[in-house]
Amino acid sequence: MTRKQKRLAIIGGLGAVLAIAATLIFIALRDQIVFFYSPSEVKEKAIAVGTPIRLGGLVKTDSWTCTGGTFNFVVTDGASELSAHFKGLLPDLFREGQGVVVEGAVATDGTFAATNVLAKHDENYMPREVVDELKKRGEWNRPESTGAVGKPRPVCT
Amino acid sequence: MSIELGHFALTLAFAIAAVSAVLGVMFWKRAEMVAGWLQQGAVLQFLLVAASFGALIQAFVTSDYSLKLAYDHANSAQPLIYKITAVWGNHEGSMVLWVLILVIMGAAVAAFGRNLPKDLLSLVLSLQSMLTASFIGFTLFTSNPFLRLSPAPFEGQDLNPVLQDIGLAIHPPLLYVGYVGFSIAFSFAIAALISGRIDAAWARWVRPWALVSWCFLTLGIAMGSYWAYYELGWGGWWFWDPVENASFMPWLSGTALLHSALVMEKRNALKIWTIFLSIITFSLSLLGTFMVRSGVLTSVHSFASDPTRGLVILSMLAVFIGGAFSLFALRVNSLRAGGLFAPISREGALILNNLFLATATVAVLVGTLYPLLLEALTGDTISVGAPFFNITFGAVMAPLLVVLPFGPFLAWKRGDFVAVAQRLAGAGALALFLTILGFALSGASISLAPLGLLLGFWVAFGALAELVDRAKFFRTDVMTSLRRLVGLPRTAWATALAHFGVGVTVLGIVAASAWQAEVITTVDTGQTLTINNYAVTFDGKDVEQGPNYVAQRGHFTIASPAEPTRTAIAERRTYTQSGMPTTEADIETYGFSQLYIQLGEPGPDGKTVVRLWYKPYVTLIWLGCLVMAGAGFLSLSYRRQRVGAPRPAQVRVAAE
Repeated sequence: MTRKQKRLAIIGGLGAVLAIAATLIFIALRDQIVFFYSPSEVKEKAIAVGTPIRLGGLVKTDSWTCTGGTFNFVVTDGASELSAHFKGLLPDLFREGQGVVVEGAVATDGTFAATNVLAKHDENYMPREVVDELKKRGEWNRPESTGAVGKPRPVCT
Repeated sequence: MSIELGHFALTLAFAIAAVSAVLGVMFWKRAEMVAGWLQQGAVLQFLLVAASFGALIQAFVTSDYSLKLAYDHANSAQPLIYKITAVWGNHEGSMVLWVLILVIMGAAVAAFGRNLPKDLLSLVLSLQSMLTASFIGFTLFTSNPFLRLSPAPFEGQDLNPVLQDIGLAIHPPLLYVGYVGFSIAFSFAIAALISGRIDAAWARWVRPWALVSWCFLTLGIAMGSYWAYYELGWGGWWFWDPVENASFMPWLSGTALLHSALVMEKRNALKIWTIFLSIITFSLSLLGTFMVRSGVLTSVHSFASDPTRGLVILSMLAVFIGGAFSLFALRVNSLRAGGLFAPISREGALILNNLFLATATVAVLVGTLYPLLLEALTGDTISVGAPFFNITFGAVMAPLLVVLPFGPFLAWKRGDFVAVAQRLAGAGALALFLTILGFALSGASISLAPLGLLLGFWVAFGALAELVDRAKFFRTDVMTSLRRLVGLPRTAWATALAHFGVGVTVLGIVAASAWQAEVITTVDTGQTLTINNYAVTFDGKDVEQGPNYVAQRGHFTIASPAEPTRTAIAERRTYTQSGMPTTEADIETYGFSQLYIQLGEPGPDGKTVVRLWYKPYVTLIWLGCLVMAGAGFLSLSYRRQRVGAPRPAQVRVAAE
């Protein structure tokens, strides 16, 4: 190979790898991102059953129950509510009246089937999306939380 | 009083740094005049920042709650170690630690850099001082740690319970040394661009600094991962969280930098790219600092965030990164390409390494910043989850791992692919055999696991194959081979070990992901759960009073077929000052595998929720990282690699 051909081979190879990588990133971004919605938005936008989303809001006080190993609770943003159910161990900081982000999808019966409940290791933590959403809906009136609010949640396995 | 002295020391360091920065940039062409001053200035900055950091530690240790920072983040009931670590368990204090490491690096350049050309030394120290001045300025003006409270409260708030852990003592300092250490490579790159001194010698000076930083960053990330694993109580060790990505991106580009600097040092090629990587790596460290501290991205790990501070860091980011790249753009045409080489050669392999690592960095960067971009453009809030990263990062890493073992075997300039493939055949066969054996024994059904396992074994054995080959095992008698093995240069050992570490980590990731077992249930006292041949019996609960918390302790007995019976205690703690609960999981290590026991909430019927995981070979993930970092330090111990090693007789100095 001449010098020119060698250089072309190298540059061509690099270009091919980069093109493949760019395509891959593009496809993955299209398919793998998860949108964040409040209960109101889930209703307004009529999110399709089974589409994975993140649901954010406050855990409604006195809303949790336990039926046959499944944990039920209601996520609210003040304007709308959505019942969610989850099987598994909840994070320590999952409390009534606290902010929560739940991963999952809307089920056929219109409730939210949660696959994962996220909480952060900070007693004052409110997910930024939840705060923004609540502010948008005029429900934000809790500047500081003490961390020790809400009754103990029922055990459910 | 000592607090005011600390405040004063930090302000003085700021002034010295600012003066050094200006002096160096103005007078680097007459470096004999200013170099000595700049060296002393760097040492002075270090002493002053160390004094101010000491003042903070003293206030925390003596429970002086007239210091607002101590009041907010410490409590007199905390054990001594957590009083000390509380200093950097918050935004303001951790900034001082950040600056302290920055000035330690600057002082180290001043101390070890005596054999550097004076103009380069002056420029590097001046740029380092510029960074120091900016960050001290940021600390003093937006997040002053020395604010007082009057009247002084009697008792402090508590440190976030999750941070009351030995992990806080180790993880941030390691990570910061890694982050900040790359500032040296950055300063060297800018100095090189200004002075036009861009040659093989430059790479030789920079490589040890990049290597030190890389080793610490590796350790810091591994430690952070293990800390999250045992403390957050979810049993996860990597979440592709923005904060994790923030530390991972500089690691990826730093790894690329180490490899490209090698080409530059040995072959005087890839100069532009190496300079570019030096700038990019530290820029990514700064970006990480910005993302962690500004709270622009939702993370599970961030501990201190404030949007206004974020804005200041963002503008500093813009100045440093923007300035660096403008300079780069101005100077790039004056650089001439160096040595020629064939596509199949050591250089070619290292370029491939850089290509994949850079692509991986971009993939992680896109995934991390895309939510910000989309929110700014459309207002939609999204999250880019683990699947995105697993697909893109995995797809880029897999080919890199396939070609990795070939690299060290290939000759510089022109390599013989077929000959190398023949020498690697043994390693490949062994990897294939072990993969098949592993599957025959475990019978797992996950589709990608065999490929992952094969890759891990391939990289690990392929790395060792180079040592075996160079020691001429199987070609001469064993004693001669052993002698040859011991006599191999330490750089050969370091290369092989570092690559071996990569293989070990891959094996750990694959095994722990593919064969993990999980049990969540409620138990009565005396009840036994079975998970993967381990019988775990719940022996009941008691309550223990800790120094600043009350713990519910669950006692367990673990019977395993191969080992003696063990007892384990998993805790749920409630911290008295903050009322915040934490989970202290019990982790039992069996060989390379771990049993992870988490105590859940008490139930109304007297039962207790228990969560068990069996994580096969999970420790390999972190052991592999330790091996990688160890290999880096081994390479540093080699005389010619060392920081400040005697300058080789024939250093080629490029004309300006």
